[in-house]
Amino acid sequence: MACISPDGKPTASGAKMLRALKAKAGPAEEVAQKAGLPLFRVRSGLRELTQAGLISQKGEKYELSAKGGELADSLPA
Amino acid sequence: MEEVKEQIISLPRLGQPAPPFEAVTTQGPLKLEDYKGGWLVLFSHPADFTPVCTTEFIAFAKIYPELQKRGVELLGLSVDSVSSHIAWARNVEEKTKVKIPFPIIADLNKEVSTAYGMIHPGQSKTETVRCVFIIDDKQVIRTILYYPLTTGRNMDEILRIIDALQTTDANGVATPANWRPGDKVVIPPPNTQEMAEERLKEGYDCVDWYLCQKKL
Repeated sequence: MACISPDGKPTASGAKMLRALKAKAGPAEEVAQKAGLPLFRVRSGLRELTQAGLISQKGEKYELSAKGGELADSLPA
Repeated sequence: MEEVKEQIISLPRLGQPAPPFEAVTTQGPLKLEDYKGGWLVLFSHPADFTPVCTTEFIAFAKIYPELQKRGVELLGLSVDSVSSHIAWARNVEEKTKVKIPFPIIADLNKEVSTAYGMIHPGQSKTETVRCVFIIDDKQVIRTILYYPLTTGRNMDEILRIIDALQTTDANGVATPANWRPGDKVVIPPPNTQEMAEERLKEGYDCVDWYLCQKKL
């Protein structure tokens, strides 16, 4: 997996996406811009974070779940 | 006599939608649709840890910034495993100081290479030949290049084709032989006698009514 390590911790790119979503829910394009990652990586990563129950999708927008919020709060700034 | 069964697969052609895929890569699982809205160069190589492929990967890594300026991503592919790809990319970086910044598909089950016609049994029954698929922002195949196992690809030509295609899309023109950005472009030929007569009065640089060029 690209965003979540086997030990359950977010990878560097996973952490960037979670931080971007903690700042503001938004579509993949906005997450890519805020996270400084290519759009294709973000689309793939958002799928993975959704499957892990860390985020959810409403229309075009993605937002942190309660579990994702806790994880995002625990990330170093 | 032994019955030979051959699966007939429709190969991708220019102007058709690129075959969708979901693949394991060195940057995680990726789908073709993840690239929607941008251009993609999908290319295959025969095998990791082989000499010509190594020179090509270094060359692809070096043109990656130029591709990104044009809104183009790179995606490699071979039938090796992700572990092999990772080990090879790390080795290339260690030995040549060139980091491979783009993902590489590990097509162990040959699903993607079969869908894209990347295995040419006359060259190798097990390895992919050197294919390049240029896929536009609407996920339509715009160019297909096939190189044999023994010939490394020309990166300048890949960049030139992308510049030509994007110039065509932006301006509704064609590009002549050996065209480079900044050169004159070809105006599409007229379809009627009336248009042919008018064409010669429009101030273009014309050899005759069917071959007119202009500066953009």
